[in-house]
Amino acid sequence: MCDNPSPYNPYQQLDRYIDGLPYKKENLIAILHHAQQLFGYLPDKVQRHIAARLDIPSAKVYGVVSFYSFFTMKPRGKHVVNVCMGTACFVRGAEKLQQEIEKQLGIKTGQTTEDELFSLDSLRCIGACGLAPVMMVDGKVYGRLTHPEDIKQILDEYRESLAGDREPALKEGTPS
Amino acid sequence: MKLKTRDDLNNLKSQHQVLLQNRRSVQPVSVSEAQGKPRQVMVCGGTGCHASNSPQIVEELKAELQRRGLAEQINVLQTGCFGFCEKGPILEVHPDNVLYLEVSPKDVPELVEEHFVQGKPLERLLYQDPNTEERIASDLPFYHSQMRIALRNCSLISPEDILEYIAVDGYQALAKVLFAMTPESVIDVIKQSGLRGRGGGGFPTGLKWELTRNNEANNRYIICNADEGDPGAFMDRSILEGDPHSVLEAMLIAGHTISASHGFIYIRAEYPLAIHRLEIAIKQAKQYGLLGKNILGSDFCFDIEIKYGAGAFVCGEETALIHSIEGTRGEPSVKPPFPAQQGLWGKPTCVNNVETLANIPPIILKGGDWFAGIGTEKSKGTKVFALAGKVNNVGLVEVPMGTTLRQIIFDIGGGIKHHKTFKAAQTGGPSGGCIPTKFLDTPIDYESLIAIGSMMGSGGLIVMDESDCMVNIAKFYLEFTVDESCGRCTACRVGTKRLHEILTKITEGKGTLDDLDQLEKLGKTIKDSSLCGLGQSAPNPILSTIEYFRDEYLAHIVDKTCPAGVCKSLLRYDITDKCKGCTLCAQNCPAGCITGSPKEPHSIDQERCLKCGACLEKCRFDAIIHH
Repeated sequence: MCDNPSPYNPYQQLDRYIDGLPYKKENLIAILHHAQQLFGYLPDKVQRHIAARLDIPSAKVYGVVSFYSFFTMKPRGKHVVNVCMGTACFVRGAEKLQQEIEKQLGIKTGQTTEDELFSLDSLRCIGACGLAPVMMVDGKVYGRLTHPEDIKQILDEYRESLAGDREPALKEGTPS
Repeated sequence: MKLKTRDDLNNLKSQHQVLLQNRRSVQPVSVSEAQGKPRQVMVCGGTGCHASNSPQIVEELKAELQRRGLAEQINVLQTGCFGFCEKGPILEVHPDNVLYLEVSPKDVPELVEEHFVQGKPLERLLYQDPNTEERIASDLPFYHSQMRIALRNCSLISPEDILEYIAVDGYQALAKVLFAMTPESVIDVIKQSGLRGRGGGGFPTGLKWELTRNNEANNRYIICNADEGDPGAFMDRSILEGDPHSVLEAMLIAGHTISASHGFIYIRAEYPLAIHRLEIAIKQAKQYGLLGKNILGSDFCFDIEIKYGAGAFVCGEETALIHSIEGTRGEPSVKPPFPAQQGLWGKPTCVNNVETLANIPPIILKGGDWFAGIGTEKSKGTKVFALAGKVNNVGLVEVPMGTTLRQIIFDIGGGIKHHKTFKAAQTGGPSGGCIPTKFLDTPIDYESLIAIGSMMGSGGLIVMDESDCMVNIAKFYLEFTVDESCGRCTACRVGTKRLHEILTKITEGKGTLDDLDQLEKLGKTIKDSSLCGLGQSAPNPILSTIEYFRDEYLAHIVDKTCPAGVCKSLLRYDITDKCKGCTLCAQNCPAGCITGSPKEPHSIDQERCLKCGACLEKCRFDAIIHH
């Protein structure tokens, strides 16, 4: 998996990746993972492109994209906030955490802020149950989030990093 | 360097055994005795500790030791999970075996000064016994009843260095299988050990291997199921993060036994650290010729490829997983044919869970009898549980089968958080059930858990206390199954949705006694008529809570109250006579339903109350109660 957004045409990059695979159709899911890294999401156009390259019906590509929750067909914000909704977090107040973030960002889970800075989602267990309730912003895990001020501080850090026009230290960046 | 013979492997082992010399010494030396001798500092690098800055601790430690001229004799390593996640980040110093808990990067200078320069343990970071308040440096009560087989190397070796794994007898079991055993005898040993699938099903592993081997085919596959989707379970991830080579070695052994030349590891994309460590492990195994052609000079060739999941719980089911590897929608298919007959690309395929595989190398080395000597009559060996929820010591624990829930929750887990009362333990995730207090002393194994309406599952163990509403918990799990149902069969797709609707109705105070019967009837129908394990077990959280916590359902339905005070629609906010009339609540009420004159007690219009709790949060006199 590649980490850095590329200055080159993402379609060319995707094609190069597909060409390098020993099997094509069997690697549809890996190709979609790669495409989502390159484009940030999987719009219609990208799905059709992949279908044409693999010589399979675009309905099949759509079927796979819509099946797996990891794939998204809507553009995401610059930073993706994921609230862990695993059972351990749930019994330690994940719902409250989710409501608090929704309040602070002014969006519902599954939506993106108007300034396209944040998308909010939930996921099922990242295995940091000792730190419950937790959220993950891009690749980074934040735990023991029971105070609204702590959440605000974390979100503000990401806001500021944008204002200062520099990337925060992230593990997995979403190419813009 | 490529290892070309078994002797090459043994030579490499003896060369690097020095790496382990000071670790986990049976007779630990005191901190002052260890002064000036070579020492090793193991810092936990599991996901939990990683999120709490453990990589930074490693960096700071190295820099501080360098600054004080101690870097030569003190080696700092990052390991896999120590299990005691509640108290992370954790680090252990060898050979004095001192365990430090809740270490932060800013503690490093003081820690180095006290422990390594002054030669005395830094008291404030040691474990404190909650009862005696005594500080304990090693041999913590958390580990007393545990037995680490699957987790044997987590926290002992660096997962990113194959030489460390080789030094702890790594790949010795493979060598034994290649040069001193026949595939039949390997199957016999595994059968004799009584090892059963740790992913939840509990199918005998030896039998699975034998069935796959006995099916005529020109090619076979071995798949490691690392699609750990049960929310609240993280044992497979910890094994892959802490000891990836043990899984690779087991896959090689399985591959040789069933005569497969290719293996796949299907892992969740949500586990970036585990993926990273696996990639390193595969690369190193290839460099040393432990993967690839003619392994250790034998005629056995084997390769392993990682396949990424994309967020679908149902892909933990073996046929769905196989479809996902084939690049299609991860929907399960009807069995038979079983994967052992017709699996990946139509070839006989053996799918084993991570924890199952991690048990294989020690079984080969120590024998089936040794493993069969641990556990209960029908469930052998140990089981790793991810202990979480309202328990004092959240973490990863490995205990012999037959250990009771009480031992796990109270002895190892340290009891319930904030001195509250235990209400239920949930095992098996969305497929399991809630176990009430009366079964706390049941020895846990595959059969006993099914007998009390739950199941082993992958090993998630969530503890709940008096403040958890069992109806709401059942609703939570149903929300999960509705989300994750793949939609292929009607019973699961439509049935779970109906169950969820009824539960929502009950939690909103609109339920009837008829709904309770409907839940049971529908639940049993879904169990009987679903295609795969997801649907067959989806009603378990409801059926078990109705059986053991019927009074809570009745409270919601008949009395229209939620005894735990969780279900919002059933809550009622009231202002008591402690109210000083400060008007703060009225100012903050979004519905404008609080009235009263300044300096006079206020009151809430129940009809218009949104039950948002804003008044309760704002009140400075504890005058508002909810019940």
